[in-house]
Order: sequence, then C-alpha cells, then structure tokens
Amino acid sequence: MRRTALYDEHVEAGGRIVPFGGFEMPVQYAGILKEHDAVRHRAGLFDLSHMGQFWLTGEMVAPWADTLTINAVGTMKPQQARYNIFCNEDGGAHDDTIFYRLESGWLLVVNAANADKMWKLLNERRPPHGVDLENRHGRRALIAIQGPRSAEMLQPHVDVDLAAMRYYFCAEGRVEGVPAVLARTGYTGEDGFELFLDGTDASMIWNALLRAHRSEGLEPCGLGARDVLRLEAGMPLYGHELTETITPIQAGLKWALKLEKPEFVGKAALEEQLALDRYSRIVGLVMEGRAPAREGYPVWFDGRITGSVRSGSIAPSVENKNIATALVAPEAAALGTALEVEIRGKKHAATLVGLPFYKRPK
Amino acid sequence: MAQPQDLLFSKDHEWVRVDGGSATIGITDYAQNALGDIVYVELPKVGTTIEQFGNLGVIESVKAVSDLFTPMSGEVVEINGALESDPAAVNREPYGAGWLLKVRLSKPDETKSLLSPAEYEKIAVE
Repeated sequence: MRRTALYDEHVEAGGRIVPFGGFEMPVQYAGILKEHDAVRHRAGLFDLSHMGQFWLTGEMVAPWADTLTINAVGTMKPQQARYNIFCNEDGGAHDDTIFYRLESGWLLVVNAANADKMWKLLNERRPPHGVDLENRHGRRALIAIQGPRSAEMLQPHVDVDLAAMRYYFCAEGRVEGVPAVLARTGYTGEDGFELFLDGTDASMIWNALLRAHRSEGLEPCGLGARDVLRLEAGMPLYGHELTETITPIQAGLKWALKLEKPEFVGKAALEEQLALDRYSRIVGLVMEGRAPAREGYPVWFDGRITGSVRSGSIAPSVENKNIATALVAPEAAALGTALEVEIRGKKHAATLVGLPFYKRPK
Repeated sequence: MAQPQDLLFSKDHEWVRVDGGSATIGITDYAQNALGDIVYVELPKVGTTIEQFGNLGVIESVKAVSDLFTPMSGEVVEINGALESDPAAVNREPYGAGWLLKVRLSKPDETKSLLSPAEYEKIAVE
C-alpha cells in the first residue's frame, strides 16, 4: 500500500485511513456529512494525490490520443481541460480521464485504480515517434479546493487571476511561490480548483491553505464526502457507472462522444449500440423510504428484476433523501418510472429521475 | 466518552441497561464513532423474539451497512421510533436518546456472559 505526500497530515488531523486505489487515503475527518456541508456552502480541501498523473509531450500527442479516446483532443486550445474516455474495442471504458493542455505538454489525469492499466496501455499504443510519456503517479501531488468560496480563499495564495479562469480551463502558475498547474475542475458539483504540484511541496501548501481559511469554514475532506458530492452531481465513478462493460453511451455520457472523429478505439461498437438503441442504461433513482439503496441491490420493474444499483447514498443536497444510480433495461428507463429496490429481501419504492440530482445555484 | 457505570456490554459493542425483568439496548459510543454518521436503523417489530448474540437488524452509516446483535434474549416490547426521522441521535447520545429498543428478558441470567464497564473499556480502546 502506498502513501501520498500528505499522509502524515491526514493522520495528524484525525483522518480515518482506508485503502483506496492502492493508497492509504482518508475516508473522512470530522464526518462525511459535515465535510459535505462545508463543500456545498463554504469550501473543502481534498488530497487526490492517489490519482494517476501522466505527462505527455511531442508533436503527435493530440492526433495519437484522438485515436484512443471518444472525445476530441486535437481541438483543445492551450489552457483548456477536457473530460475524455478511453474505450476498449467493444465500447466499454478502460478509464475516464481529464486532459489538461498546457503550453509545454499535456497532463493526463487517470483514476488511481486504473493508473497501472492506463500506463501500460499508453506505452503499448505509443507511436514510434512524436509522443513522450512520463509517469508522475505518486510523485506529483493533487490538492483540490472545492466549494462556493474556493476562489476567494485560494486567490491570495496564487499568482494567477482566478476570476479570469473559466470552468474547465487551467494555467501554469505558482501557489505559495512554488510551481503548480492550476485548473478550474473538480468532482463535487461545486465551483473549485485543482492544484497539481510536486509532492515535496504538498504539505506546505495544504497547511498554508488550512491555516489561513479554517476559521472561515474550510474543512479537510475525505473520499467519503467526495463520493456523496459526485453522486449528487450525477458524475460517474469508474467501476460503478462506467466499467470495461458499461459503455459511455450506457452511462449517459453521449455528450463526450465525438462520432465525427474519423477513427478511434471502440467507435464501431458505440455506433452500433446507438443505432440499435436496445442497451441497458444508467438512471437516477430517488428512494421513497428511509432505507438506503446500496451497490448491487436488485432493481424491479413490472414484476421482474430489470437491473441493479451501481451507487447509492443519502443525499443531503436532495432533501436528505436516499438517491442511487442503477443500470436498468431500456423499457424501465423512462423518466418518472416507478421502480422498486430490493433491500434485504424487501422491495422499497423508488422513482426514476433525471441526472444530475443536484445542480449548484448559479 | 467514559462508559456509563450502570450498563453491561457485549463484545459486539452493544450496551444493555437491565431494569427488573426488562432491558434497554443500544450501541456504544465507541461503535457509533467507528460507524460515522448514522443514516438508517432497521429494527425488528414489537413482539419479535430475539436470541442472545443473534441478529437484531442493521445500522447504516453513509458508507456502510452493519449488522446489529442483541446482547440478551427476550421479546421486543418497544422500539425507538424517533430514530426513523433522526437516526443521528445514535451519534449524539448513544446512551440516551439514541437507544434502539426495549426487551422483556426471557433469560435474565444472561447478564453473566456480558462485560462490565471496565471490561468493555479494554476492548473499546483496541
């Protein structure tokens, strides 16, 4: 099991440590609900250094990456970030990722649990010339500050004008005087920033931000709160809503699929899936009762099992109801459909709703 | 939090307060802290017969479902209905408002197989 550069900070702050993606990570500090509240109303600080960071350089990066991914890489402008998915030949997802285009190269951020698989895949597919790959997984840190007050809290510590940075854009700059990539991205459904920096600088920056803004409500947050936040915001979690067998189309990520690209791995399978339109799909459920729906619970429609729950949680931002995603058959996937979730042998009523469950106020 | 001295404890981190022929049952402060934010409690209906150390229901935190075990045998005579709308009472007051259920004891001498506050203290710090 590996540790991030911030491990000692987590332990000292009372973080409860669990294994996640090959790393010992904090699942919570003060409590998942308290941390969730901080991110929705003030700001939360996350250590995401377990995520894979690859540095891609060379004149062939964009055209090559465009053959391996479903979204467009070649049309990205410098300082732009873009969500993208690497698929297998059957259209299932190897991983969902974010590309950050910087002046001198591309930062590719992959899921921790998929980092080894993705590193291997990139190296196997690398063209003979024009693409250089550097694996920074574990050496570079990633600190996220997320929440409506994140820009005002972060601004005094950085040399980049955050007000001028749009959502899904990034810049090279300095945080507390040390070099970092700053991006207006996140996985919480709130405004926020992600800071990619050297592992040796991580503690200094983590502590500087907490020291300066704890009294204003900045809370260290664990992966437990992050999971509730992303689920409310309708964002997929690899291994749950998106897998080697659940395609981006099934996961409701058609917006990221650029079929006008001439060729990419999985394109034919995805085109066929769309044309046939008989695929099971990820939907949102709101439970009527108090019992939480959990991963793997069967979902019933019209007297038959139609699928299963993929993620579930209590949702403080959805009137404290229990919400879930489920993979269900197409006939059970219409908005407003009455479904039942089987919990310990008993069926509990649920209503199918559109995603996301939660949208931040503009 | 120190364990209240008028309670007995099970190794499964439940407490019991015996009062004549009946008893109140809950989970310990150590258990609620280990579970984290409690969002749901599922208990047997009034009238159900339960056996010592047998399954009593489930308690769910944001992240996980955990089984509950009864420290003593008997018949369920009351469940804490307030937990339906306020399961977090178990976090706030595990020995008070967060009690789970009351049982008419069928084997009162089962207390012999339970732990004293001092004995439980040793388990709960591990």
